[in-house]
Amino acid sequence: MAGILRYGSYVPFFRLARKPLGGSGERAVASYDEDAASVAVEAARESLRGFEGREAVEALLFATTSAPYVEKLNAATVQAACDLPGTMLSAELGGTSRAGLTGLLLGLDLAAAGRTVLVAAGDVVVGAPGGSRESMGGDAGAAFVVGPGDGGARLLGRASTTEEVLDVWRSPGMPFARQWEERFGEEVFAPIVHDTLERALASAGVGVADLDRVVLDGTSARALRTFAGRAKLDPTRVADDLAAGVGRAGAAHAPLMLAAALDRASPGDRVAVLSAADGADAVILEVTDGIAKARPQRTVERWIDSKRADLAYTTYLKWREVLPFEPPRRPEPARPAAPPMHRSERWKFGFVGSRCQACGAANLPPQRVCVACGAVDQMEPEPFADASCRVATYTIDRLAYSLQPPVVGAVVDFEGGGRFTCQLTDVDPDKVEIGDELEMTFRRVYTADGVHNYFWKARPRR
Amino acid sequence: MSSNGIKDRVAIVGMGCTSFGEHWHKSASDLLVEASQEAHRSAGIDAAQIDAYWLGTLSSGLSGLMLSEPLKIQYKPVTHVENFCATGSEAMRNAAYAVASGAYDLVMAIGVEKLKDSGYSGLTGSGAPPSDGTESGMTAPANFSLLAPAYAKKYGVELDALKDVLSRIAYKNHANGARNPKAQYRKEVPLEKIKASPKVAGMLGIMDCSGVSDGAAAAILCRAEDAYKYNANPIFIKGLSFVAGPAEGPMRQEYDFTTFPEVVASAQDAYRQAQVTEPREEISMAEVHDCFTPTELVLMEDLGFSGRGGAWQDVLDGRFDLSGAQPVNPDGGLKSFGHPIGASGLRMMYEMWLQLRGEAGPRQIENPKLGLTHNLGGGPGRCVSFVSVVGR
Repeated sequence: MAGILRYGSYVPFFRLARKPLGGSGERAVASYDEDAASVAVEAARESLRGFEGREAVEALLFATTSAPYVEKLNAATVQAACDLPGTMLSAELGGTSRAGLTGLLLGLDLAAAGRTVLVAAGDVVVGAPGGSRESMGGDAGAAFVVGPGDGGARLLGRASTTEEVLDVWRSPGMPFARQWEERFGEEVFAPIVHDTLERALASAGVGVADLDRVVLDGTSARALRTFAGRAKLDPTRVADDLAAGVGRAGAAHAPLMLAAALDRASPGDRVAVLSAADGADAVILEVTDGIAKARPQRTVERWIDSKRADLAYTTYLKWREVLPFEPPRRPEPARPAAPPMHRSERWKFGFVGSRCQACGAANLPPQRVCVACGAVDQMEPEPFADASCRVATYTIDRLAYSLQPPVVGAVVDFEGGGRFTCQLTDVDPDKVEIGDELEMTFRRVYTADGVHNYFWKARPRR
Repeated sequence: MSSNGIKDRVAIVGMGCTSFGEHWHKSASDLLVEASQEAHRSAGIDAAQIDAYWLGTLSSGLSGLMLSEPLKIQYKPVTHVENFCATGSEAMRNAAYAVASGAYDLVMAIGVEKLKDSGYSGLTGSGAPPSDGTESGMTAPANFSLLAPAYAKKYGVELDALKDVLSRIAYKNHANGARNPKAQYRKEVPLEKIKASPKVAGMLGIMDCSGVSDGAAAAILCRAEDAYKYNANPIFIKGLSFVAGPAEGPMRQEYDFTTFPEVVASAQDAYRQAQVTEPREEISMAEVHDCFTPTELVLMEDLGFSGRGGAWQDVLDGRFDLSGAQPVNPDGGLKSFGHPIGASGLRMMYEMWLQLRGEAGPRQIENPKLGLTHNLGGGPGRCVSFVSVVGR
């Protein structure tokens, strides 16, 4: 017995219109201060928020094709930002855009063995300027907490195929992935999709006609269409591929599409999810009465609708470091140092402050001596990442270093006490007002000397 | 807490100050040589007579060697002092205590900064220790810009009206600087041009910001009883206060960004030492830390020159103009004279020196009795503050 206990999704705030690139619709764009780890953290926090079993999570699988560090465990960043206990197994999956669904399958295997696992996928897909990967790719995250028991969707069956095929590839030093011609992908993958799904259905003991929703993802959209035609799938049961508003979000895409399917599913629905890249993975799930408890506060649709769509193409290219640009007349920020980062890990990565047990005052960042009463060493750690907060006051800083000037600096007051000054992100500087509701968000503030400086900012509530 | 003060026990008997500005052709060493030479001449002494030195600089050098090397100081104590933008005042305060204690007879406080060599705009915060990378990254103008809307809201002043007040402060300081041959900016600037200057942070334009500059200033101090040995016209320290706060503004919701508690504390301390009870009446003139125009506005209230919520009206009424009842920043202030960090506190004292001795030329204030210098470092809710009261 294994099932999805909780899930969450995340689509970044910015959209790039495809019209200037020669397409239609828009793709989701991670902001300049986001990466695969931070978008996975957003989705993971959605899945964990209010989850009573979070202390039982004992493994974390992070899937991406755009790992922020090639060496250094990105999953540890995700774990720390979710403030999950360190006594857990963490691993990363990558190398293929199928990795997100592979992670879910592995997580369900571990769940069947009695373990509770967080599977988090995040990707920031960058294509060469002018290519289809640039316009049709997208940035997003999705996460699942899987464990023993049915949860909101229980595992019925699964199957996998591994195929040595040169379809999508990127060698070290190549800034952009390449893909072999479409006709080849179509002919190779359509049969793989067919075979993998057939085997998954057989293991689940259900037929195609029993499926209420079929989620199809893969490197070759043509192969998926060809398969759906040949298999005579009911088009109303084939899930929307989110191309119009998000784009294909690499290893996070099949998980994101599954999250969107679960957002709308009813108890009893049977859902197939398949992701085809370097072979294919497929899983058959049955939605249970527990689905309402498994759902996050925000649906995929809500994330898609919450957006700023006026991003200039040149700005996008700067953010992805494709286009060199004139630096601001400010010094580059210094690389953060390992020992102080390690000392303040729960603050820096988990946004855990402290509360004085003598007078009850919140202290951010955590202090030894209470800012309100002066009591020494009477602090208890307290997470503030999900605490309600508002703009106490703010300013537009046109001098500070940023890839999206101007910086909006805000003094943030928390409802349960405590104050913190930080940058706002995902914000229209012209629309900030004192009293605006904010939420904290985990970001890659900058990178210096190859070291990513992760920390928290606030954003207007989405 | 006791803060006993050294009223009338220490005198300044000589001062020097370079012009402030873009000294592309002068190093920090050059500026130190020039300020110290002028101070020596002013006190009528040789370098050999000075017993000890206090050197203030934020980021232009390290250790006493930064001074002893260019001046060829012959094996004497040189203390390097740093306290953010109040560095120059802090060098002078410690030098004053050294002579008051009797440890030395004749000392020099000297401050210098070379900001223009960095190639960047504004202060850069370079030289910070290794960190965990969790700083907000907000710049100084952004931090100080938080004062303006908070003040407007608390006292019911429309933002447009407040912009006029802030522009009026910049206008005044430029008008004063225009009468100062050593100032970085020596031109009056029309109010409309100030108001329309390009935005830097919040409602602050570039003309609301102090000048980034190079410069040095120096003072020679001795015990009061020795003062007339060196100079027929010395000035005397009446009160000296310096405080560092617990930096609670950024952490506590109670802080409302309309005051600097550190300034209030240091002003009260200095006034008590100087036996000043009515600063609005008793302080003839002041040099205050107008790093940004809203800072000067709030300082008028924190220093007791205006009642709470009353400074904006006093500004518009011209109270703090050169011709007003209580001139503030007669030399042009940080705004117009420029702000080479380590030198600024001593530059403020240099204006007191000139004014109290009747040497301020076209900006001379008539018969000043007590002067005040105020110097702060940090930002709203998290700063260090220095206040001195000086007189004849």
